[in-house]
Formats: sequence, C-alpha cells, structure tokens
Amino acid sequence: MSEDLVNIEVNGVPLKARKGQMIIQVTDSASIYIPRFCYHEKLSVAANCRMCLVEVEKAPKPLPACATPVTEGMKVFTKSPKAVAAQRATMEFLLINHPLDCPICDQGGECELQDLAVGYGRDVSRFTERKRVVKDQSLGPLVSTDMTRCIHCTRCVRFGQEIQGFPELGALGRGEQMHITTYVERGIDHELSANIIDLCPVGALNNKPFRYHGRSWEMTQHALVSAHDGFGSNLFGHVLRGRLMRIVPRDNEEVNEAWIADRDRFGFEGIYSDQRVTRPMLRIDGTLRPVDWEVALTAAAEGLLATRTAHGAAAAGFLASPIATLEELSLFAQIARGFGSHHVDHRLRQLDFRADDREGRFPALGRPIAEIERLDAALIVGCHLRQEMPLLAHRIRKAAVQGGAKVAFLNPRRFEYLFPVAAYAVSERDLVADLAATLHAAATLAGLPVPPAAAAATPGEAHEALARALLQGERRALILGTLAQRHPAYAELRTLAAALAEIAGASLGFLAEGPNAAGAYLAGAVPHRLPGGAEAPAPGANARAMLEASLRAYVLLGPIDPQADLAGGADALARAERVIAITSHLPESLAAHAHVVLPAGSFAETSGTYVNLEGRWQSWAGAARLLGESRPGWKILRVLGNLLDLPGFDYESSEEVRDALRAICGLNVEPQTLGRLAAAALPARGAPAPWVLIPPYQGDALVRGSGALAKTKDGQLARVVI
Amino acid sequence: MQGIRSFIKTFLLWELLQGLWVTLKNLFRPKTTLNYPEEKTPQSPRFRGLHALRRYPNGEERCIACKLCEAVCPALAITIDSGVGADGTRRTTRYDIDLFKCIYCGFCEEACPVDAIVETRVLEYHMEHRGENIMTKDKLLAVGERFEPVIAADRAADARYR
Repeated sequence: MSEDLVNIEVNGVPLKARKGQMIIQVTDSASIYIPRFCYHEKLSVAANCRMCLVEVEKAPKPLPACATPVTEGMKVFTKSPKAVAAQRATMEFLLINHPLDCPICDQGGECELQDLAVGYGRDVSRFTERKRVVKDQSLGPLVSTDMTRCIHCTRCVRFGQEIQGFPELGALGRGEQMHITTYVERGIDHELSANIIDLCPVGALNNKPFRYHGRSWEMTQHALVSAHDGFGSNLFGHVLRGRLMRIVPRDNEEVNEAWIADRDRFGFEGIYSDQRVTRPMLRIDGTLRPVDWEVALTAAAEGLLATRTAHGAAAAGFLASPIATLEELSLFAQIARGFGSHHVDHRLRQLDFRADDREGRFPALGRPIAEIERLDAALIVGCHLRQEMPLLAHRIRKAAVQGGAKVAFLNPRRFEYLFPVAAYAVSERDLVADLAATLHAAATLAGLPVPPAAAAATPGEAHEALARALLQGERRALILGTLAQRHPAYAELRTLAAALAEIAGASLGFLAEGPNAAGAYLAGAVPHRLPGGAEAPAPGANARAMLEASLRAYVLLGPIDPQADLAGGADALARAERVIAITSHLPESLAAHAHVVLPAGSFAETSGTYVNLEGRWQSWAGAARLLGESRPGWKILRVLGNLLDLPGFDYESSEEVRDALRAICGLNVEPQTLGRLAAAALPARGAPAPWVLIPPYQGDALVRGSGALAKTKDGQLARVVI
Repeated sequence: MQGIRSFIKTFLLWELLQGLWVTLKNLFRPKTTLNYPEEKTPQSPRFRGLHALRRYPNGEERCIACKLCEAVCPALAITIDSGVGADGTRRTTRYDIDLFKCIYCGFCEEACPVDAIVETRVLEYHMEHRGENIMTKDKLLAVGERFEPVIAADRAADARYR
C-alpha cells in the first residue's frame, strides 16, 4: 500500500483515503452523506456551521467532518446517536433566528436548510424569545438579499476572497450581531459575483431578476451551453411553461468547474428582449410587413437566384454570427458554396485577414482548459481577460495564486487583475512594435537567434520583464486575446506571437470572439476553409472585403446588429439590393436594410452544438419553446437549401447535420497552431484603422438585450475607440 | 316439502304482497327529498364549493404566490404567475382556476399557508359562454369579498380541528 493512503472506517465500511483529506471529502466520494452548510468543495474550510459533526471513535466530542483530517485506523460514525444528537442540536440553534418564511422565499424547494430541517429539525421550536432581524444590503441589480435568513456559513465571503480575488462581502460583528455586509455601501460588480446565489445554502442571496417569478419545483431543467464566449461553460436552463426563467451552472470539472460568469447567467434575458423577431417579414413597398413563412422563404430563394442570374453567384455574400450553432453554420456554409459564392465568413469584427493562410484548423486555446491552472508562465497579449472570458481569467488566477505562475500582460490599456501580475506592459503607441520588442528580448534571454521579424526592435525594460515572465518554469502559454484579433495589424501580431511561442516553447492560444468561432472554422464558415478545416481551393472574400466590396446581396445568419457587430456594415447593407436576415433579433439598424427576415430561434430554443476553444464539441437539445412563429435556424436553412435546389439538404435532425460534419472532421479535431505560422513574411500592412474596445455586456445580441446586465457597472461602460 | 310450500305461495301471490309491504311502509316514512331550490340541505362549514381568494381586513391580498396550491392540485386546475408586487412583496400576477378541471378536493385550501384560497359554500353557479369556466384572480377576489363573513365564520368554526 502506498505511503499516502490511510485506512479508515465509516459506519463500519472500510475506506481508503489520501493523507490530509478531510472526513467529508472521503465520505462524499464514497457517497455517504454528511449534512453541511458551510463546507463547499471549491472553497476553503471554515467549519463554522457545525452541521457536519460526526462521532469519531476515541474522540471525546463530536468532530466537524469538514475540518477533521483522516488518520490511520480512524473509525467514523455519521449516523450514530451521538452524531445525530449533535446534528439535531446544531439544527435547532440554526433555526432559532431563521425566519419561517419559506412560502415567500425563492430558495424554498431548493434550500439546503429546508431539506435538512426535514431530516434533523424538531417539529416545534422551543425558542420563545425574539428572533433576530437584519437590515438588507443593496448589492446591485443581480443579487437580491434577505439577510435575516443568513446562517453565517460565510461561503459568499470565502468566494470573494478565494475565487474572485476581491472580497466584496465580509462578515462584521460576532455572535448574534454578526452580519454579512459590503463594508461600505456599494454593489457587487465582479464578473463572477452572481455565483454567490448558488453558493448561499439558504435564501439570503438570491437571483434578483428572477425574484418571485417561479418556484424551483415547477421548472424543468435542460442542459445548455453558454452562448457568450468560447469557453463553453456548461449551463442548466430552468424552463417554466416553455419560457426560460433562469440559468444556473452545470458542474463540469474540465470546463467551468462549479461557476459561471454573470454574463452566462443573465445574458439569456436577451432572448425575450424587444428586438426579438417572431414573424417572417418581407419588404413590400419599402416597409417590412409580416408575411407567411412560405412567402418569405420563396422570396428569399427567388431573390438569391435572381441575383445569381443577373450578377453571378459571387455577388452574394454570406455573413454569419459566431453565436450561431455548429449545425446552422454548417448548413449556411453549404448553402453559400452550393450557391456558388465562396464569400462566407463569421469574423465580423476582424479587420486584418492577411494571416488567413497560416492559420490552424480552428482558433484554439492551445491546451485543455483544465491544464491552464497548472501553468508556470503565461503571456497574454491584447486581451481584457476578465471581460472577454471571465472563467479563463479565473483559471489563470488559480495558476498565479495557487501555483505561483508568472502571468504577464501586454495590452493597449491598463486593465485590473485580481492576482499577482508578474509584468504588465501598457502599449502606448503600437502593439506590434511592443510585441516585436518582447520577442527580441525573449530571444536574447533564451540565447536564441533573434527572428528577422523582430530584428529591428529595441526592447525596453518593460519588454524584458514580459519576456522574463514568460520564460519561467516549464509549462508556458501565450494567449492572443480578442483585442489582438480585432487589431488592424492582427497578421503581424499573430506571426510575432507564433515566433515568440516557438522561442519560449509555449503553447499559443487564440481567444476568438463568440461562443462558436472554433465551430465556425470546422463548419467551413470562413472563406478560406472547407468543412473540416481543409483549405478551400478557391477562397472567397472575407467579412471585411465583402462589406467593402458592396455586394448585391447579403445573407446574414444569427443575431447581427450591423451597427454594433459589423465595422462599416450598415452602409454596405444599405447599398445592397437584397439583404436576407435569418435572425432571432431585429435591431433597428438591421430592420432598416433587411428585405427578408426569417425569424430563427435563439440558442436556448433550438438544439445545437458549440465547439469551444479547446475543441470540445458540446451539444444540447433546446430548452425553451420557440417564440411566435420563429423556427430553429437549421430547419430554415434546410428549407432554403431545398428551395435553392441544392443537393444534400435532406437532414431530419440537427444531430444528423452534426454527425455528418463530425465524420468530415474525423476523430482528430486537434488544431495545429504552430509550425508554418512564423515562416514567411507578410504582405504589407494597410492603412491604420481604429479598433474598438467593446464593453463586456455589449458583445452580442443576447447580452445587449439583458436588462439586468445593462444595470450593472460593467453594463454602463461605453465603447472605447483606440 | 320445499316444493309444496312454493307451490302454495304461487297461488297466494306472496312475493307481490312482500313488495307491496315495502311500498306501504315507505308511504308513511318521513320524506328525505327537498323542494330544491326553495328548500336546501344543511351544509357543513367544511363544504367545498366555488373557490374564493381572501383579503386581510385592511384590504391586503392574502395570497403570497407561494404556489403550493398549484403544486398540490391533483387536477392541475390552478395556474399562477408571480412577480414582485407594487410594495416589493411576492404577489401573483395571474391566478387562474379552471372549474372544469377542478375536482373540488380541497387540497388547495389545505396547502395554503395563509388561508388565501378557500372553497366557499357556494354551489349554485353556471357558465353561459366559453372561457367562463376560468376563475381569474379578479373573479376569485370578488367571490371572496362577497362571502367574507361566511368564510371567516366557517374558518372560525373549524379552527379547533385544524
């Protein structure tokens, strides 16, 4: 037997446990239940609720299972009279001050205290004195408070300290005077803060937008995947009579652990925003009028065919939003190519496409998400990590705080991070020059020849600090963020980053925008790639070129707001003869130019698949009922394909579409990112264009439509043009 | 012996007389039927008739939208939507009872923690148009207001058994 294992006995059952494990961890993995309130596997041990008291042989008093390490030969009894008596006594004390307002409490039905009170509580209280009343806190638009219900487990406090890295909540006072507070009057505005809703074992902290709108037992639970970033957080959607009421995290240790970002939790409100389009519409005599599905679909198909007859297939451009599912994107690309146009793209906000021919099969993180927290060094370039991918920021924070990883940033602005940052360089003038200088410094430090791309660069102190940070330890990662991707000289950044990654022996990751950018590449919704990632023999125009060329017809897939999502797109759409929008949302800037609107379901209403940036295919089977006459996007595209007389549109389910694509992609869906990236010189840079910092809650149609997010501090940020 | 007895009975129409004896007895028994609607049977305070939603004496709705009645209803006759009321409290925005689905089992009033939904003594009601079978929140509150004295008296009478 290994040195690290000890034998213990729980309720007479012999178990093996690792040294240093707490009793509750051993019993949890052996499916022996011990009641608890303050213990949470992702948080530190506080042992202040005393609900997990168990009897241990030879111990004079019951011991808290969450704070008692196992020892060789330990005999634990979780259900002995002594243990149960201790648990009952604890429960009686907890219930002294807890109000009996379960009927109006949103936690009712999913409350840990309520559940355990059934098992351990007395049916009549012996407490006849006055109950404690605590003043409520105002924690902003996301979390509602009923602090009288608080049982002081301090999970929310520990979450702030350990997971957020910023203690937004704390406990003041002692004994009966103890209360959870924000110290000074302020809301909570960390991008993960709403996780305290799930952590709170009672109804003290609850979901504010959902407040009083439903009960846990009347909703059905459906698995979903986050539609806001390429991280691929697993979610549960709770649906009441066909309507999505709220979103809670679905535990997946390899992706989001037990957390989700606030954007994932409240972004779904956008599904029911005013901009939602629920009827097919057709522009008749200059105004959009509701029509039947058949009329709208025929008009769309005939319009496209007329454009092809008059101006050729290349006069039609196909633009998709990366929020569309893999199935939709696959059929969309199939329609575009079948129609004869190779102009299909989903990179709506990218400005520089010169590096297209040296890309991997899809933009990828470079290593599994679960490995991020074991990094030794990371350099993050052009990325507002906490806003772009809050949970990746959490993983990197874990690496920095728990593993002592050196994390360095090279950004056009100073962004706040809640962990020790080894080096932070603010790129005042030119991100490309600064990255080249960093590459120069890294090559010099590593004792390797300086690549020609960086030969002219003169590294300063800041660049050397970045390079030194990246060259720490063994497991290194270089991550190019969304800001870099939207940079007018992305090709240079990409090439330099590839060279730097090669020198540092680091994995190279790309945080592409949208939840399904990787899926869009695999589905062939890029001009230079066929489905599966093979190179296209005749590459079409990219998104920017399509819009600058002012094509005759545009087909838009997904909720695209021309003003917010397309750089200069509204003008191109205004000049086009036909704009066909297959969309769930119809913002004014799109309604002004669209000729045919085909209402599609949002991600929560259709079945679909997202491929996250580590290449994980995650499918779900629709949760909510489709609004009005809207239909799943893949069905609309299938009919459109049939109306255009294209072969291969006989799919009967979204799973068939996915499986067909999966067969093309093969089992090997690993991206190749390094290698030929750094090799050749790039074509010359175009004129510098302004690029924008998009606030976290303005990124897609769903978050833009979320009233709760708009009220937060981050929701009120404006766009910044750099 | 048996055969002879039944042979004689056949001539005496014994079974007929037996039957007529029952008729004669009942002719002089006190009558149990009533001249409805002029006369009515007595009702228990626990009678389960038409539903009503009650208010507190100060006019505040009792219902707190806990949805326990909706959960307990075996016929799925109750549909509730809830939200934050004008005063920040938990309130129903819709409270519908489908009288066609309801089986008048009284589980809803038993489940109610605040005695808001009750079944009254009213059993004489009818519908003339499609859709009138749905008792909306307004209709239920109106019933409650009209019969509040009776409802309150019935609750008081039954209080010691609950």
